[in-house]
Amino acid sequence: MEAFAYREVQANRSAIEALATEPQARFLAGGTNLVDLMKMGIERPKTLVNINSLPLQSITVLPNGVLRIGALVRNSDLAYDERIRASYPVLSEALLSGASPQLRNMATVGGNLMQRTRCPYFYDVAFACNKRNNGSGCSALEGFNRGNAILGGSDHCISTHPSDMCVALAALDAIVQVEGPKGERSIRIQDFHLLPEDHPQKETDLGPAELITAVDLPNLPFAAKSHYVKVRDRASYEFALTSAAVALDIMDGTVRAARIALGGVGTKPWRSTVAEQLLMGKPASEAQYKTAANVALQDAQPRKYNSFKVELAKRTLIRALLTVGGMV
Amino acid sequence: MSDPDENLPAQHLNSAVPSGPTRREFIGQVAVAGIGFGIGSNLHAEDYFQKTRAAAPGETTVHLEINGAQKTLRLDPRVTLLDTLREKLALTGTKKGCDHGQCGACTVLVNGRRVNSCLTLTVACQNAKVTTVEGLAQGDALHPVQAAFLKHDAFQCGYCTSGQICSAVGLLSEGHAQSDAEIRELMSGNICRCGAYQNILAAIKEARVAV
Repeated sequence: MEAFAYREVQANRSAIEALATEPQARFLAGGTNLVDLMKMGIERPKTLVNINSLPLQSITVLPNGVLRIGALVRNSDLAYDERIRASYPVLSEALLSGASPQLRNMATVGGNLMQRTRCPYFYDVAFACNKRNNGSGCSALEGFNRGNAILGGSDHCISTHPSDMCVALAALDAIVQVEGPKGERSIRIQDFHLLPEDHPQKETDLGPAELITAVDLPNLPFAAKSHYVKVRDRASYEFALTSAAVALDIMDGTVRAARIALGGVGTKPWRSTVAEQLLMGKPASEAQYKTAANVALQDAQPRKYNSFKVELAKRTLIRALLTVGGMV
Repeated sequence: MSDPDENLPAQHLNSAVPSGPTRREFIGQVAVAGIGFGIGSNLHAEDYFQKTRAAAPGETTVHLEINGAQKTLRLDPRVTLLDTLREKLALTGTKKGCDHGQCGACTVLVNGRRVNSCLTLTVACQNAKVTTVEGLAQGDALHPVQAAFLKHDAFQCGYCTSGQICSAVGLLSEGHAQSDAEIRELMSGNICRCGAYQNILAAIKEARVAV
């Protein structure tokens, strides 16, 4: 690990100022991803700004019914929060399907949003990787790309976004609250993570020295019937090959509203509004769910080793829809 | 796999074995002796690192409570909690497995919560209370999880065991594991290469009653 200067801050403004003034500075929250990447020589900050003392630790209900989750709430505390379990079970399930209990005790909501890909070529500095070093090439395109994305890729990058939490947040239309040198702003979750296009190194909409302060969950009563299904190479403690976050509003056998997001298949958490719209007003049936799954994957561009993900993602989504619909 | 004791120098065996220590005490003595030889004095490793060496540029002072004892350390901010425990405080019960948060061998309790000490920077633990496997027993009385691991033979080589035990202590205080399946799932952050999972499960079920 390369040497770095270390600072602790107690207020949001100090954190933002530190990041704006110190060259190559990074925020340190849970550190589960950042410290690992620093050990690998992939992240090389000159300054670490420890933000763990900032007042971003609580989960509160706003007057308009929005649930505001402080950026420093730990993944385990969020997953076991009774309001989350009752009103947004898909988020609790997604969190509990990710990492291990130890890592969830450390990892924060803000850090999870900033989590970087586990593409093996990103992690191995001996290989070309546009995300690490833009312009060097993408080793995954013609390499062992079994774990890589089938949606949202470009000629420059096909790495998957690794987070489970963010897939649930995509389905719930979460809002990321940020504070920066120019003040506060809100970013919709689908705008927060960027497609790689020709800039795989730029992964989020965050500007220089912007700090994630909270994630807001809009009031969504039918999210009480929601579910996360994750398929992976082993039963636990593994990233998704495919996953699906689903919420359904079903009345008298008809789908009134649906939320669908996929994980493990996209270069960002993959919301499928086309599949949602297809289900609206249709019977809550397995046949309709299969049609929706086909639509959700219609733009898939599999490569040599990951073509299995197309069918697996469809089945994962169908299983999630059937489960929420009470049919399995 | 050969017994590691076979590789020890003869003088260690001659000096330690006749007095009849347990295997663990014996290995502990050899470990401390090894550090002593390395620095040419009888200083304990902690004293050596903290009292005989001038602070290097960029070092930070960190106050910690480790197993109930107050510690003030001068550290390079790069040092992980795992390396602090093992290399600076000679608390080698906590093991380094993967060093990347993938195996759980380094699990300790920080402010009562189980974490991977390999991904924890010590400077970020200012004023934290850290409990390692060495801090679980009350004098000669083993922690119920330790006693249950012994009773159920919940290990083979033992390398993952201190992490398993600390993780199980954290698991029981969290209170989310009711069924066998939940225990297995919530212990999934601790890999056992020997495959002692069945006995680890049995030990945790027994300890759950006692804790």
